[in-house]
Amino acid sequence: MYGKGLRPLSIATVAALVAALSLVFFYVPLDADQGFIQKIFYLHVPLAIVALVGFVVGGVFAILHLRSGDSRWDAYSYVSIHMSVIFGVAVLITGSIWAKASWGHWWVWDEPTLVSFLIVFLMYATYYPFRYAIEDRERQARYASVFAITAGAFVPLNFMAVRMAESLVHPRTFGTANGGLPGEMMFTFLISLVAIGLLWTTLVKFELTAKSASGQLKRLRRALDVPTPGGSSRVAPEVS
Amino acid sequence: MTSSRLVYMAILGKDLRAELRTLQSLPAMTLFAITTFVIFRFGLDRTSLSGSLAAGVLWATLLFAAILGINRLFVAEREEGGFDAIRLAPVDRTTVFAAKASALLVYLVALELVVVPVFAVFFLDSAAALLPLTLVLLLADLGLAATGTLISSMAVNSSARDLLTPLVLLPLVVPLMIAASGASEPLLALGGPGYHRFGTWLAVLGLYDLIFLLVGYAVFDFLLED
Repeated sequence: MYGKGLRPLSIATVAALVAALSLVFFYVPLDADQGFIQKIFYLHVPLAIVALVGFVVGGVFAILHLRSGDSRWDAYSYVSIHMSVIFGVAVLITGSIWAKASWGHWWVWDEPTLVSFLIVFLMYATYYPFRYAIEDRERQARYASVFAITAGAFVPLNFMAVRMAESLVHPRTFGTANGGLPGEMMFTFLISLVAIGLLWTTLVKFELTAKSASGQLKRLRRALDVPTPGGSSRVAPEVS
Repeated sequence: MTSSRLVYMAILGKDLRAELRTLQSLPAMTLFAITTFVIFRFGLDRTSLSGSLAAGVLWATLLFAAILGINRLFVAEREEGGFDAIRLAPVDRTTVFAAKASALLVYLVALELVVVPVFAVFFLDSAAALLPLTLVLLLADLGLAATGTLISSMAVNSSARDLLTPLVLLPLVVPLMIAASGASEPLLALGGPGYHRFGTWLAVLGLYDLIFLLVGYAVFDFLLED
């Protein structure tokens, strides 16, 4: 049942990605200051926004899980955070490339956005050892939800604290709320954001479908009394 | 006295009495902190500290010493069956959170009563910064108590136990440490305490405390269910 709508969603994602990339490479003008390297902006910033939103969405699913006790929401929360952590790796890598090209260093401690994203990423990277250290399935789900909610409250607080710790001597590469972007760039940026958002949704849906399929397979095997091959994952939540 | 206050006093009293009789956490935390100061003295090769270096040494040491105590906070509950007793008793679970966080707060204050004067004797030229520093210490302790209680109660029920507490807690307290050392840095500056952005940092500390006390209050119920 999780597979429903996966095909049109995948097609939409591919179309949006192709559209976004063609806009990035053939339509949008070169940045006057930074030239070609600035184009990584259309990948890096949407990835970061989608990853952060994904963390918050994971927290919302966790709240739903604790309120309803339905383990389905826990699986949603797990997959959301899982995908956002993967996106987070991409954010850190693309950010590093951009920083090297425009500031001359792979890592710049004076840039609050970089530092706060790293801290948030480290926080969510501990989600896995935390979750897998708890054996009892139900307790694991409950504790993981508590973690997701706590970390969700931590994200905005962290951004505030890190931003205040810097003296803001560095020029912001792009103004807040994209105030400084000319129309063509803004349009391309929005299309890229939609494309990356669709990519995240598709991957989340895909993983949920795969989980549900393997759960069904396991139940069928058990019903038919066929031994399950290998040690199946005791760690990831199951979807029924 | 309402029943929840009775429960609160009972659990807090039990914790403090147990600590006074066994002396499991506090002496270890204190000793750890003082030894760490000695290591910093040689690691940094400085005999006196000021400004950001002093703030960094103080807060890093206090944080790691606090983690020792946070790790032990729920060990007795787990090993001696305290969790089962609390689950059986018809008490509000959030009261348990409040009592445990208060116990941790008392530990941290007791730790700092010994360790911060030692820090001043070891590294500081004057003790003028200590009075305003207590405000920063208290607000940071409140935040550490809230997050520490929350994480400790989860970690103690996992198979990784004391491995998990520092792993999860360290990233979680980064904003707290940023604000605490931001407020302490001008206080510990050479040539008398300064108050650059002192109020702003205190506000951040207060906000952090408020948010995580509320989060703890909201979710602690689910940690004791079974």
